Amino acid sequence: MTTIKVCVGSSCHLKGSYDVIESFKQILKKYDVEDIVDLQASFCLGFCAQGVTVKVEDLEEPTVQKIGDDCLFVHNVNKDNAEDLFVKEIYPLLNLG
Amino acid sequence: MTSKRVFDTNVQILKYNVLKEVIRRAYEGGMEDAYIEIPKVICPGPKSSLRCCIYKERTIIQDRIKMAMGGNKNNPNPVEVIDIACDECPAEGVMVTAACRGCMMHACQDVCPKGAISIINHHAVVDKEKCIECGKCSKACPYSAIIMQHRPCMVSCKVKAISIDENSKARIDNNKCISCGACIYKCPFGAITDKSFVLDIIDMLKKSENNTKYKVYAVIAPAIVSQCRFGRPTQVVTAIQKLGFFQVVEAALGADITLYNEALEWKEKGLMTTSCCPSYVAFIEKNFPELVPHISHSVSPMIMTAKLIKHSDPTAKVIFIGPCASKKFEYKLEKTGGAIDSVMSFEELQAFLDARGIDTVECEDTVLDNASFYGRIFAKSGGIVQGLQDIAKELNVEGLRPVVMNGIDECKINLLKLKAGKSTDNFFEGMVCEGGCINGPLCITHSPRNIVDVDKYGSEAKEKTVHNSVKLYQMTQE
Repeated sequence: MTTIKVCVGSSCHLKGSYDVIESFKQILKKYDVEDIVDLQASFCLGFCAQGVTVKVEDLEEPTVQKIGDDCLFVHNVNKDNAEDLFVKEIYPLLNLG
Repeated sequence: MTSKRVFDTNVQILKYNVLKEVIRRAYEGGMEDAYIEIPKVICPGPKSSLRCCIYKERTIIQDRIKMAMGGNKNNPNPVEVIDIACDECPAEGVMVTAACRGCMMHACQDVCPKGAISIINHHAVVDKEKCIECGKCSKACPYSAIIMQHRPCMVSCKVKAISIDENSKARIDNNKCISCGACIYKCPFGAITDKSFVLDIIDMLKKSENNTKYKVYAVIAPAIVSQCRFGRPTQVVTAIQKLGFFQVVEAALGADITLYNEALEWKEKGLMTTSCCPSYVAFIEKNFPELVPHISHSVSPMIMTAKLIKHSDPTAKVIFIGPCASKKFEYKLEKTGGAIDSVMSFEELQAFLDARGIDTVECEDTVLDNASFYGRIFAKSGGIVQGLQDIAKELNVEGLRPVVMNGIDECKINLLKLKAGKSTDNFFEGMVCEGGCINGPLCITHSPRNIVDVDKYGSEAKEKTVHNSVKLYQMTQE
């Protein structure tokens, strides 16, 4: 199970965290990955200047080798670019089974 | 440094100085001889500034150091008496002083409802058997010759938990005490004080190795706004981070959710009382056990906020920073599930910042914008009802008849009415400190301006409703 954490720290909050969360809910449904992705909110992820930040956690083995880490940060997310960023950066990393 | 006077009383300043020295040593070393050296730093002598001699003063400071280091671990009550600091104040009740002129009018005798005053040898004499200590004679005497001699601690304790023991020292009955801390602020000798867990907190910060092993979060009570006269709340956030905290989160965020939950819970129950003030909850448990089922099951904003943090970061340590003595026992209660790891008071925060040489005024601003207007005004008496009424309207919950109980006396009167079935109200907001948390015993200042500050802070909230906070909560429940 992969986890997507949307930062709701004060700074990201102001830049529209909640809209991003709503967008991701719909995106996960649309791409039919709700079963393998857990969407969560997180307090400050430490990138206040590049918000809204989204952290993708618990990535699995082939992906970890590919990107060299078991998590990925996506920055400057907003409700308008959320789908694009998801398709480009996050979807290829998911273990679709 | 705190160059200007920020505290209300000299007693607070003494406590602050002890805390500051202890904290400084926790970082810079010298803990081994803290009990010997700190008293000399605070009371250098050769003349004593506070007590009869420097030796007594220094011995009392040793007991204060013990309290700063956690106090008596076997006593679950965060509020304790420092025996040797208790000055054994007289408690004679109504007393006629030498100022009695033996006048002809005898106003004292005329106003006494119990006929307790007789005039013997032209002097007023009070019959202690008859006297009910109403104080009318004291007010009536044109020479102010009749005084009421009570111990300030006992007067401040509205649940009558303080008595005088066989050695004339104040004694706290833990079966009655609700740890509200009123006596801490009222004892003129600083003989009653709260235990500090600040060393535990420093330990957690150190072991986190700059938030790499785990992260340490600070949850701040909304009452903080009235406490930082020498800097903006946003600067205090930066200052707290400089102490080594990973992030600062408003307890008001949890308050938003508590409000929402309470509105829904009330709709189900029809009769309910709040649960956010731990002293108030203890007051009901100890004095009105039959009303316990009416206490809201919503957890307090402090616990709710901590739960949200731990949901997103399960290894996090969460420290609450507030004005409250009873939060120091609430966080240890089983029902909170260990959500909060420790509690620090505003007084302790000030000592911590100064011991580390962090000047709030010099700090940059860090935004703090998670909570709504309603969550932020939770800190004042009446704030919960104000928020609840608006949320009830949004949720189409009707029939709310709220009553605001400000301070223990009002709580007592209204709960007695409820118990007797004479109350027409169906929602009871109870806060033990008069005015609400903004007048908590461990506030640095207790000025009437506090309430203005809280309202201003509330109105500055970017969130005007609790919706986003509630969404966050719901995500954790899915």
